Amino acid sequence: MTVAGRQRNDEPILHVEDLRVTFRTAAGPAPAVRGVSFDVYPGEALAIVGESGSGKSVTMLAILGLLSGASVTGSARFRGTELIGLEPSRLREIRGANVSMIFQDPMTSLNPVLSIGRQLTMVMRAHQPDLSRSGARARAVELLDRVAISQAARRCDSYPHELSGGMRQRVMIAMAISNDPEVLIADEPTTALDVTVQAQMMELLADLRRDHQLALVLITHDLGVVAGATDRIAVMYAGKVVEYGSVEALFADPGHPYTRGLLECLPRLDIRHEVQASIAGVPATPMSLPPGCPFSPRCKYAQPSCSEAEPVLAPHGQTLVACSVLTGVAGSR
Amino acid sequence: MKRYLAIRVAVMPLLLLGIASIVFIVSRLTPANPLVSIVGERNLTNPTIVAAAKARWGLDQSIPVQYAKYMKNLLHGDLGTSFTTRRPVLSDLWDRLPATLELTTAALCIGVLFGVGLGVLAARHRNTLIDHVARFFALLGSSLPAFWAGLLVLYIFYSRLGWLPGPGRLDPRATEPGRITGFFTVDTLLHGDLKSFKAALLHLILPASVLGWGVVGIVSRLVRASLLDEFSMEYIKVARAMGLRERTIVNTHALRNALLPTITIVAFTFAFLLTGAVLTEKIFSWPGVGNYAVEASRKLDFPAIIGVTILGGVAFLVTNLIADVIYAIADPRIRLS
Repeated sequence: MTVAGRQRNDEPILHVEDLRVTFRTAAGPAPAVRGVSFDVYPGEALAIVGESGSGKSVTMLAILGLLSGASVTGSARFRGTELIGLEPSRLREIRGANVSMIFQDPMTSLNPVLSIGRQLTMVMRAHQPDLSRSGARARAVELLDRVAISQAARRCDSYPHELSGGMRQRVMIAMAISNDPEVLIADEPTTALDVTVQAQMMELLADLRRDHQLALVLITHDLGVVAGATDRIAVMYAGKVVEYGSVEALFADPGHPYTRGLLECLPRLDIRHEVQASIAGVPATPMSLPPGCPFSPRCKYAQPSCSEAEPVLAPHGQTLVACSVLTGVAGSR
Repeated sequence: MKRYLAIRVAVMPLLLLGIASIVFIVSRLTPANPLVSIVGERNLTNPTIVAAAKARWGLDQSIPVQYAKYMKNLLHGDLGTSFTTRRPVLSDLWDRLPATLELTTAALCIGVLFGVGLGVLAARHRNTLIDHVARFFALLGSSLPAFWAGLLVLYIFYSRLGWLPGPGRLDPRATEPGRITGFFTVDTLLHGDLKSFKAALLHLILPASVLGWGVVGIVSRLVRASLLDEFSMEYIKVARAMGLRERTIVNTHALRNALLPTITIVAFTFAFLLTGAVLTEKIFSWPGVGNYAVEASRKLDFPAIIGVTILGGVAFLVTNLIADVIYAIADPRIRLS
């Protein structure tokens, strides 16, 4: 099987199929995620790319049961265990222990009144009740050292406000790997950081993946971050995956006009830019989905037929693309 | 921090002098005549008695002279002599303060304990029946007048059920324990008199509960609101993503932050109760400062009024300082400097 640039027989560690998330709002139901499917294999890195509001974070939050007030349907299996609809107490045992998640803003992600050592040990002791206080503390120092925080033993007693943004994100990563998870979901982990720190952070994540056989799901809006760090990419638009494939294939031969648009937006050193490229129009929102292909109002290649039916993922070149103009596969609905 | 505390403490006397000056001037500007309560209404028409009384209490002198004298005495720790009790105001306050302190401390403990508990319960079950019941209970506590709530609990627990004793700090025929701290519950224990300790404790329950009920109202609403604020914070989402138990998230993560604003409110409430527990003290015949303050105002007992006001000022300044110190300990982001 070569679909989506992957050739292997082993079982995915995380298998997501037709996941749908609908928020109930005062203005009616808002379908934020509309049938997303993807697989994450042990030790590999998958990027989920899209603009804000495309549903990429919501997808991952839904899988971990961290959304309240939303209806979630479809399937997300971790090592065969269905997570959607799983008892909250069972889901809690998986969160942070088997599947961890880190977030965008390291400035607000840590509790301001607890020392980082305390916060680290709390996460460990939540999943390892037998771990002694001193054992947890020793492990916390070890973890801080592992994420390249200097003077780890001293930093253990620091409070979040005494650390820089990059250091706080390192602490977050230390927390996320403290129970040796198999999957790490990183939701825009570098967006709030300085460019130089961004590179260090991606390097750290790559190191951890290699050393711990950690599967990484990297949520980002920045294709530039994705290139060196991941194996496969799912591009999301308006709550759906519009293109899915290996990093090489997708960068070399992007299919979906939206993916091409995103790639054109990347600043390049070899071309002189007068104006930074951008995709015209505004992103579709769950409350105002255009008929047919949700990208068609912004698409340079749109045909009249594009607004009739919503395209489905079908092979095109080396990737799967949801564009009926390219694939010739008629849409649904 | 030490330097900061030293400055705060050093400034206190100046603030108190300011407070005393304002109250002195305001009291002298009131149109009513304190002589009525000094010599009695009948003697007001007798110029000899009035003149003697004026001379006796220094009221025949000009206000600036009176002020200068009062301030001079105040600097020597003399709050003057009460018109009505004919005793030094300081001794009056000294006698009454422990009763009030004991009552307000007990009320505050009840208020904070139940207030935080109720606030957490309401926040965790927001918009459910539990939340509504908690809100109703809190509203009752802060809106029921103490004389009504006091009479109600006295009727139920004292007259009808007989579970708890009636008004007073001890049974009417009991002798007071020798004063060590002035707190009957503490002094009886120090004397090793368990029977009296039990009596003092039982007498404390009803008035402290009535007074504490209002505190429960304030604290529980505040804790609920700030907990809900904390629940929407990013670090709570992170704690959930890390698989922490809901109990840990609420009690360790959210509550630590939510209690910070409560510290200040509790400090204010304590200072306020010290002079403001009048109704409760009245209903329960509690020989405290509140009763004294009301009597003083009714009789235009200037020295007593100023004395009580200074006491209130001290209470506010000290509790505020304590609150700031606790705040600095509880919130590592705050450095006192």
